[in-house]
Amino acid sequence: MSPVDHDGMAAPGLESRYRGTSFEDLMATVDFRVAARAHIVVNSEVCRSCTTKACVTACPANLFAPTADGGVLFNYEECFECGTCYMVCNHEGALTWTYPDGGHGVEFRRG
Amino acid sequence: MTETRLEATGPETAVLDAVVVGAGPAGSAAALALARAGRSVVLVERGLFPGSKNVYGGVVYGRVLDGLIPGWWNEVPVERWVVRRSTMMMTGDQSLSVDYRSEAWGSPPYNGMTTYRADFDSWLAGKAVEAGAQLVTSTVATALLRDAAGRVTGVQTDRPDGDLRAKLVVACDGVNSFLAKEAGLLPRAEAEHHTLGVKEVLGLPPEVINERFGVASHEGLDIEMVGCTRGIPGGGFLYTNAESVAVGVVLSLPELARSGVRPEEIITDLKAHPSIAPYLRGADVKEYAAHLIPEGGYDTMPKLAMDGMLIAGDAAAMTLAAGIWLEGVNFAIGSGYAAGRAADRAITAGDLSEAGLSSYRADLEQQFVLADHKRLRRAPALVLSDRLQHRYPGMICDLVEGMFTVTNPTPKPGAVRLARQAAARHGVRLRDLATDTIRAARIFG
Repeated sequence: MSPVDHDGMAAPGLESRYRGTSFEDLMATVDFRVAARAHIVVNSEVCRSCTTKACVTACPANLFAPTADGGVLFNYEECFECGTCYMVCNHEGALTWTYPDGGHGVEFRRG
Repeated sequence: MTETRLEATGPETAVLDAVVVGAGPAGSAAALALARAGRSVVLVERGLFPGSKNVYGGVVYGRVLDGLIPGWWNEVPVERWVVRRSTMMMTGDQSLSVDYRSEAWGSPPYNGMTTYRADFDSWLAGKAVEAGAQLVTSTVATALLRDAAGRVTGVQTDRPDGDLRAKLVVACDGVNSFLAKEAGLLPRAEAEHHTLGVKEVLGLPPEVINERFGVASHEGLDIEMVGCTRGIPGGGFLYTNAESVAVGVVLSLPELARSGVRPEEIITDLKAHPSIAPYLRGADVKEYAAHLIPEGGYDTMPKLAMDGMLIAGDAAAMTLAAGIWLEGVNFAIGSGYAAGRAADRAITAGDLSEAGLSSYRADLEQQFVLADHKRLRRAPALVLSDRLQHRYPGMICDLVEGMFTVTNPTPKPGAVRLARQAAARHGVRLRDLATDTIRAARIFG
């Protein structure tokens, strides 16, 4: 519980911390049970011919990173399993998307 | 005996009456209906517990529960009962709110409530289990089982020897429904007609929430916003929980992809808006989450039945995103329960074909689930249209600013002149305004 002064306003320290929430801090609030199997596989060969790379900016967990050689690197471990990447991907065969094995993956506590 | 063996591969001698895939609101309601009818039903959930994969705004509108679980409000895991609803039109530094408050909404039978999906979905799944459904968690339904004629006869799961054979499958596997995709009822991938919802749950002490939002401890508020998404069609929301505030945005998926803007940046903008920031001062982030929403409405819904299978909830695109009405959980429960009852009738009649399951759709058309969607079928396009998203919020804010800015010693300008100026400044022609007014009246009237 945050410390609160008499006006119902938070202490200045908390305010600055809140404003400065980094993306890493945001992601650190989410629980993941990481499966051994990667549930999303990116075929970087296909991605090299893609000029939009919409997955890179649209993924709400920021898991896609463009590489120097024009491909895409993907980290499945902190995936929300939302489906944004394969929905916005317009290159056949670039993304193989399944759900993580049962009981694994993201675990929202509030949702 | 040969005949018996042949029959053993058909639906008549299936082990289970039904497999329901997904223990969200739709699946749990379907399993509840089937279990109450005395049917053997397995409810498969891929998460560790029901709700662990689910995200919404959110508010649950409970009227749909009245007939299913009498007195539900005495036991449901509620955060706050929504007694205030605000619609906020915003520009970068202006906002106009229409704020409604009702005492009636704060007492039984209530109207809307905020609740966490981990709590609510687990509670509803528990009702299905109490009625006799078997809940199997941590299990993914990976594919449909089908007979030679193409009829659905169960699902494969990712458990060893995990095939579940049943007379009928009810697919309540959400917006990405891989079962409906596999069956060819939904396109494999289609960004259009989908939005991405992203939100942060921000912790605040309950007394701070009570003071800032002017509510008592069991009461809450719901703010829906338009004009706060950097030009990407969509909207914003803020809901109060007992000890947190959920703030987020819903963004057109194709337009988000085209914009090159990262979704969390738009929440950051919203949290810094002068009309929102004071509500959130001192809050700390408890959870960040994202989920897709099927927002296309009536005209984008898949076929709801095929031989041996029914579809309900988000899998059937039953989210109502009609601007002032943002509802989904109630549609999931309503469609899921109706699917369960239709499945029971079909089993009794011994006809699990598409035709035998057609009473499902007929039932939905008679009640709010499809009636609301049909009535509001043109709403999603209007709500996400360029003028409503980009022009009207600024025009209306400028008009109101002109009305309320005291210009002494210059005499007050007339309202018509102000309206003309505001419209011109935002590129709105009076003809467009008239067209959209008529369009809105037709849709919402």
